[in-house]
Amino acid sequence: MSMAHEITAGFMPLFDSAVLVVAGEMGFATREGIELKLQRETSWANIRDRIAIGHFDVAHMLGPMPLACSLGLTPLASETIVPFSLGLGGNCITVSNAVWDGMAAQGAAPDLDPGRAGAALGALIRERARAGREPLRFAVVHPHSGHNYELRYWLAACGIDPDCDIEIVIVPPPFMADALAAGRIDGYCVGEPWNSAAVAAGTGHIVTVKALLWRNSPEKVIGARKVWAEENPEAMAALLRALHHSARWCQDPANRGELAVLMARPAFLGQPEAIQMPALTGRLQLGGGVERSVEDFFLPFDKAANFPWKSHALWFYTQMVRWGQLPHTPQNLAIARDCYRPDLYRSALKPLGVALPGANAKVEGALKVATPVGSAGASLVLGPDGFFDGQIFDPDRIDAYIAGQKRA
Amino acid sequence: MSTGSLTILVIDENRIRASIIEAGLRDAGHRQVTVIHDVAGIARRIAEIEPDVIVIDLENPNRDMLENMFQLSRAVKRPIAMFVDRSDQASIEAAVDAGVSAYVVDGLKKERIKPILDMAISRFNAFSRMARELEEARSELENRKVIDRAKGILMKSRGLSEEAAYTLLRKTAMNQNRKIAEIAQSLVTAAGLLGPLEGE
Repeated sequence: MSMAHEITAGFMPLFDSAVLVVAGEMGFATREGIELKLQRETSWANIRDRIAIGHFDVAHMLGPMPLACSLGLTPLASETIVPFSLGLGGNCITVSNAVWDGMAAQGAAPDLDPGRAGAALGALIRERARAGREPLRFAVVHPHSGHNYELRYWLAACGIDPDCDIEIVIVPPPFMADALAAGRIDGYCVGEPWNSAAVAAGTGHIVTVKALLWRNSPEKVIGARKVWAEENPEAMAALLRALHHSARWCQDPANRGELAVLMARPAFLGQPEAIQMPALTGRLQLGGGVERSVEDFFLPFDKAANFPWKSHALWFYTQMVRWGQLPHTPQNLAIARDCYRPDLYRSALKPLGVALPGANAKVEGALKVATPVGSAGASLVLGPDGFFDGQIFDPDRIDAYIAGQKRA
Repeated sequence: MSTGSLTILVIDENRIRASIIEAGLRDAGHRQVTVIHDVAGIARRIAEIEPDVIVIDLENPNRDMLENMFQLSRAVKRPIAMFVDRSDQASIEAAVDAGVSAYVVDGLKKERIKPILDMAISRFNAFSRMARELEEARSELENRKVIDRAKGILMKSRGLSEEAAYTLLRKTAMNQNRKIAEIAQSLVTAAGLLGPLEGE
């Protein structure tokens, strides 16, 4: 059977590739006339290269990565747009048993409270500095990642300078738990299942989660070659509809078991089903036998999780500027503003009569509780979308936000 | 500086492929070539070696870590960037297709790097071809073994000659539009399920 569209998509073996994987494996792509060819990759650099030379039309990407590509921050960069977000939340910050013991002695409790955990970590870092010990080493998955920016945001808000008080290195997600166990790193920020993996191995403690640092915040996205999207608008729209149906399926609690089995397959994560469940249920083992439930831990669909908010892209841009990855100029800001494409999302999904946000950007941190909002078609609930330190990001006041950012 | 004075580091987890690249570099007159299979402790090695050119296989899952280290680490005295010749799109594609990439220190002329990358591309391709051929030869051998076993089963259970047994397998394969080896495998599996044959 020949399909109307053939689309090649790259992905990394991470739980948040689920919406893309399910679109291909559960028939949602076929129903939209798409033959979706999924190709697993071993590094984000490979995904970037293969998008750039046209091996992939679209790919599972870190939220800031298409920005970095479009802004020319990486070698072999190409114009990449974001017409769809693959979900909200899903990451944790995990530390070694030794660091957890040190934090507990400084007042940390196994409650995931970012402020309390950060204060304890700061006290531990100062104590270690006084004793003349090496700075702690934390790992993230990529310099242009939500992980890097949320770890740094948390540290800086707790008075820890991420560039001076600790060291930050890059480690691929599947190696995080092993690196922690071997003592090569003292902590990390990564998506599931690689936090639960360290807890299950008895070598790590989860100290806080993305969903508490910035409620309902962006993580992975679909990055598309701009040239391909412009030349194939029908294929692009068909893919967005397939992803929409897939995301709805992934969110449905009735499908959790089937989704865990699918993602556990060697072609995708190759990790046991049981370890996929915390991402789906939000029930996390923190270590030491403590379990906590996190509301909205990972949302593949609800709360307009798939809408590519320009305010999400612009917040990533402010963090690139904050940590010296690029200068704040009108040209760079314009590129960042054009990278996420809610217009493509809206035009593809409009025929389905589903809830669509009316605005392209929102004031991040303005919604303190889940709030029904006006939208085209059906009803839509957004938020809460607050930062743990109470800061507000207004994308219309970006200069002031950048000026007010401190390094620690 | 002569061509031979470039210091080259090859990072490849595949030892055979790495040695093929190393041999190619030495054939081209490069004397300072170091090969690393394991990225553990690589920052220190880079500080010691101070490579001008780094050749790396794209399947290496540590590529993001390495790229970041090239840019930021105090171990790297001069910035190292991916070698991208914008005027030569075909070369970029050939490198990614072959699964290899080159990173070079600031300021090296592209004329000096291009031959190294081209050599790596052709050797990576040759290695893939060799691995593919080896795999084909192995599966050919496996097929022949299973066909022999299927023939033996038919000869015993139906009293056929070897030639007649093979003809029957071939005819069945043609009728079902499948490969002879697949039919043979099905027969061997079925015979195994039905229990040991008389005389076996």
